[in-house]
Amino acid sequence: MAEVTVLAGSGDQMVAEAFRQANPDVLPVYPITPQTIIVEEFDKFVAEGRVHTEFVPVESEHSAMAAAIGASAAGARTVTATASQGLAYMWEQLYVAAGMRLPIVMANANRALSAPINIHGDHSDILGARDSGWIMYFAENAQEAYDDTLMAFRVAEHPDVMLPVATTLDGFITSHALERCELMDDETVAKFVGEYKPEHSLLDTDNPNSYGMFANLGNFYMETKLAQRKAMEKAMPIIKAVGEEWEAISGRPFDVVKTFGTEDAERVIVVMGSSTGNCRAVAKALREVGEKVGVVSLRVFRPFPTEELAAALKGAKAIAVMDRAETVGGEGGPLWQEVSACLHSAGNTAPVRDYMYGLGGADVTLELINDIFNDLKTLEADKAAGTVPAVTYKGNR
Amino acid sequence: MANIKQLSELPQRLSPGHSMCGGCGATIAVRQVLMGAGKTPVVCGAATGCLEVSTTTFPFTSWEGGFIHSTFESAAATMSGVEAAFRGLKRAGKIPADKQIKFVAFGGDGGTYDIGLQALSGALERGHDFLYVCYDNGAYMNTGIQRSGATPYSAWTTTSEVGNAVPGKRHFEKDLTSIVAAHHIPYAAQASISNWNDLVTKATKAMDIDGPTFLNVLAPCPRGWRVPFDQAVKIADLGVKTNYWPLYEVENDVWKLTENRKKLPIEDFLQPQGRFRHLFKPGNEHLIKEFQTNVDRHYAYIQARVEGSKVYQQKLEEAGLPLVSDDALAMQSGSKLPFQQ
Ligand SMILES: Cc1ncc(C[n+]2csc(CCOP(=O)(O)OP(=O)(O)O)c2C)c(N)n1
Ligand code: SF4
Ligand SMILES: [Mg+2]
Repeated sequence: MAEVTVLAGSGDQMVAEAFRQANPDVLPVYPITPQTIIVEEFDKFVAEGRVHTEFVPVESEHSAMAAAIGASAAGARTVTATASQGLAYMWEQLYVAAGMRLPIVMANANRALSAPINIHGDHSDILGARDSGWIMYFAENAQEAYDDTLMAFRVAEHPDVMLPVATTLDGFITSHALERCELMDDETVAKFVGEYKPEHSLLDTDNPNSYGMFANLGNFYMETKLAQRKAMEKAMPIIKAVGEEWEAISGRPFDVVKTFGTEDAERVIVVMGSSTGNCRAVAKALREVGEKVGVVSLRVFRPFPTEELAAALKGAKAIAVMDRAETVGGEGGPLWQEVSACLHSAGNTAPVRDYMYGLGGADVTLELINDIFNDLKTLEADKAAGTVPAVTYKGNR
Repeated sequence: MANIKQLSELPQRLSPGHSMCGGCGATIAVRQVLMGAGKTPVVCGAATGCLEVSTTTFPFTSWEGGFIHSTFESAAATMSGVEAAFRGLKRAGKIPADKQIKFVAFGGDGGTYDIGLQALSGALERGHDFLYVCYDNGAYMNTGIQRSGATPYSAWTTTSEVGNAVPGKRHFEKDLTSIVAAHHIPYAAQASISNWNDLVTKATKAMDIDGPTFLNVLAPCPRGWRVPFDQAVKIADLGVKTNYWPLYEVENDVWKLTENRKKLPIEDFLQPQGRFRHLFKPGNEHLIKEFQTNVDRHYAYIQARVEGSKVYQQKLEEAGLPLVSDDALAMQSGSKLPFQQ
């Protein structure tokens, strides 16, 4: 029988617990705020002999991902964690991990990128890596960070997927704040996560394998990319099936796209990560006084949940996208681009407005969200009048 | 020590048919190093560079055993992950405890002296059990002969051009082997493809040691050095005989030099190489002199390290200290130490 311990946990701590329960073979890691608690907590498990993991305290994030690549190619269940400059420093290795089809699981405590240096939460780091070929989860709270991390192993290591997975949690708001969390017992988790049985391994000296070769002839490179795209497509139903399985065990619902009020909402906010709760709270208050507002939050960003998002936005008459990462010089932020493309494919012509918010941990207040819902009332007319900028910055002084 | 006949009976671990230039020193280095593994299975890695791109053109490979390449600067870090997996999986009982594999990572001088130095340093400090081999051809050959931290003083490369204002590379080579030795790893050595017996012996020694080991191998690039394609071994031999490339080893901080008793003048090494042609124009004798001075100074430096090692051993003996401690060895190999909290 599943046994649950209720505790006051931070997102980082819950990720460390998930890592412990998955008992990885190798964990190469380098510390960076706001991910450090994950590293520190996990090293305690190592020091106490509670995991069999080979802990590799590398000298940089570049080497963390390089070592993760080596370990995963060698058939080891491999995890790591990073944030911000660390993720940026890994950049070229992220593509290598995905191109080699290595099921590495990495937690990213989403944080702003320098300059100016800022240690708080936003999505600049992880969305900068959106094209690297990693599956990406966005947790709303510490509980989801835990759940996503456990599910990640099942998805990454699934023979039809074999892609690295980043489970992300917003810096400080989710990584550090204490929340009520449920920790599943080790045995139940071990059974759910299962053992990783690699099809190929660098250590199989009877059947030697090569990793990271020079694909410069013909179309081999393009074929590899197509194979990655197909694996991403295959990942979506697997993400859902694994989510359902975990839902049955944990009792917590899993949806790649979470919706609130969308059954009749006319004005809808699309958001990801820790601000989802605030958006929901505002929407709830507004709905209580009869306003038809709703919230859509993406729990999975890669593969992009096009169908699910299109369905959630079907009845919307005005849509706001909340972007927590800049694409300086782009027409709109990264989430706006994806949402717009999705709506276009679905033939949905509802007006969309892009909001830049919470960069570098700028406060995401209820008033700010309330304002956005208000703006949406006249979006159609404002757009026609040409008074809507490409990107609206919210929450600046 | 091995003889040619014995070596010829060993498995060949790098097959012909790759696209390295004919006569390239790098492949000779790889083949000699891997002979050092005897019959034990080997898993190799490489940094981006001539060796990697030319031996792994998909869907072909020249590597007989497992092979991995991730990026230019991370051959050491990548191999440290492979080796960590070997330990982790053994500890988890997922692979047999007695399974034997030798791990060898190859990097060019660019991938080792320069961009990969940090990753190498980290891997050495963490004590991973693998051999790192730098095949030193003194420039970024794969991208078209650009200068590296290993390019000799005054050499022409495409980024140390020779012109009216500049006489080739302005800076002296980085002393990589000493940098590595400063990590106090169990074994670091310098070898050359011209001295095959010395090289294979050193490779065997390095691979038999539990812990991080390092070989810096002089591996001339005929194309970049501007010598005929059949001259790689000959020019490496001159590198050794002129003391440009002293053969030495550092075992547990004890330096041993293969003394070169018949030192040839540095011109013998420089003259055949097109990359040094400008040094032989009248009026440039001072550059050759400076080159010679630096070579002699470096040789004296190595000799001093050898002398110093004798003093070091004497001091250890006086103080009753071991050269290597058992606890350190146990720690290195990841065995459990007796410990009370
Ligand atoms: C991060 C990065 N920077 C630059 C390059 C381009 N590059 C590839 S190989 C190479 C030079 C390799 O030189 P070296 O390590 O000496 O090996 P060689 O080609 O001489 O054998 C360079 C600069 C790269 N692949 N990655
Ligand atoms: S360019 Fe030089 S190092 Fe590269 S393959 Fe040719 S000879 Fe070898
Ligand atoms: Mg080179």
